[in-house]
Amino acid sequence: MPMVFAGVCSHAPGITGRAERGDPVLRDGLCKGFERMRQAIEDSGAEALVVIGAEHFANFFMNNMPAFCIGMGETYTGPIEDDAWLGIKRTDILGSPDLSKRLITNVMNEIDVAYAEEWQFDHGIMVPLHFLTPRYDMPVIPVNINCQGPPLTPLHRAWKFGKALRVACDAAPEKIAIVGTGGISHWPATPDSGKINEEWDRNFLDRFVNNRRRELLSYTDEEIYREAGQGGFEIRTFITVAGATEGATGEVWFYAPIPIFAVGCTVAMMNVV
Amino acid sequence: MSLYYVQKLLYQLNRDAATRAQFTEDMDSVLAGYALTEEELTAIRMPDIGLLYVLGVNGQLLMHYAALKQFEWEDYLQAMRDGVAEHGPVRAGIYAMTGE
Repeated sequence: MPMVFAGVCSHAPGITGRAERGDPVLRDGLCKGFERMRQAIEDSGAEALVVIGAEHFANFFMNNMPAFCIGMGETYTGPIEDDAWLGIKRTDILGSPDLSKRLITNVMNEIDVAYAEEWQFDHGIMVPLHFLTPRYDMPVIPVNINCQGPPLTPLHRAWKFGKALRVACDAAPEKIAIVGTGGISHWPATPDSGKINEEWDRNFLDRFVNNRRRELLSYTDEEIYREAGQGGFEIRTFITVAGATEGATGEVWFYAPIPIFAVGCTVAMMNVV
Repeated sequence: MSLYYVQKLLYQLNRDAATRAQFTEDMDSVLAGYALTEEELTAIRMPDIGLLYVLGVNGQLLMHYAALKQFEWEDYLQAMRDGVAEHGPVRAGIYAMTGE
């Protein structure tokens, strides 16, 4: 079946872990954005959710860092962080190993992707799931792009990975939704935590929703680090979604800088055509 | 310096409950498995979160070690600021990338 939904969202741990400290109006707006996405995924009839994340050393470390990895487990667990710290109770999450295997096999025609039958989800996947599949009743297939330990996955490879993922999803009989999760600008877990470059974010989102490939791929890591912090490296997940929806346009459903959540909180979608 | 092994230790602590339990019970028995300098060992044992930041430990690892050591969020952020004031700019790793 053709891919049935494509979106992007933030995943900062403060969204759930420091929820009560966020501006209530902005936090409500963010929650409504997530709820709109949850509903859209449900309405799409999606049978599996592929979450394209930028995990933070929960599974992958500099001893053996893949540029891309796709999960192939029967189940996953998360969050790896302390439940109370993240505000999300630890649980098991259903995978879909057979579908994973078919997607991985197909993607491998274009991209040398690693795969993993074990995966502990960190906030990078658990925060989106908390809002998008709150009953954990939809099979999830995790995907990781190295956005943390340089040398990082090149942006143009993230785009090509998105294209390959789209081909693989469209070839599967299942209805598949994809959600990329990351950035945009932020300086998480550093002394600059809470700093957000709203102008840069809005410019990036304009490039994203209009799917301007050349502009999306024109950033250098030095520029991203300077303007958008090390958290900005996670735009790779958005770029993968843009690659998977090449030629389509999208819509921003919510964007607001929320400093205590340490990120420009974002919920956006791309049309799947 | 051996930033790689400092971060590897924190990676294992963050993801493995058994390592965390052993670390709490007998810290040195865990530290013995990693090739660390005296400065790094001191920073981990105290813990000196600010020095660990200055040594170049990624915040995605460090914030969980700070939480394990009962640092509240604002105290964690302040510890890094104090670390820079006391020990100077970040010496290595991703935060030293552009020399800001």
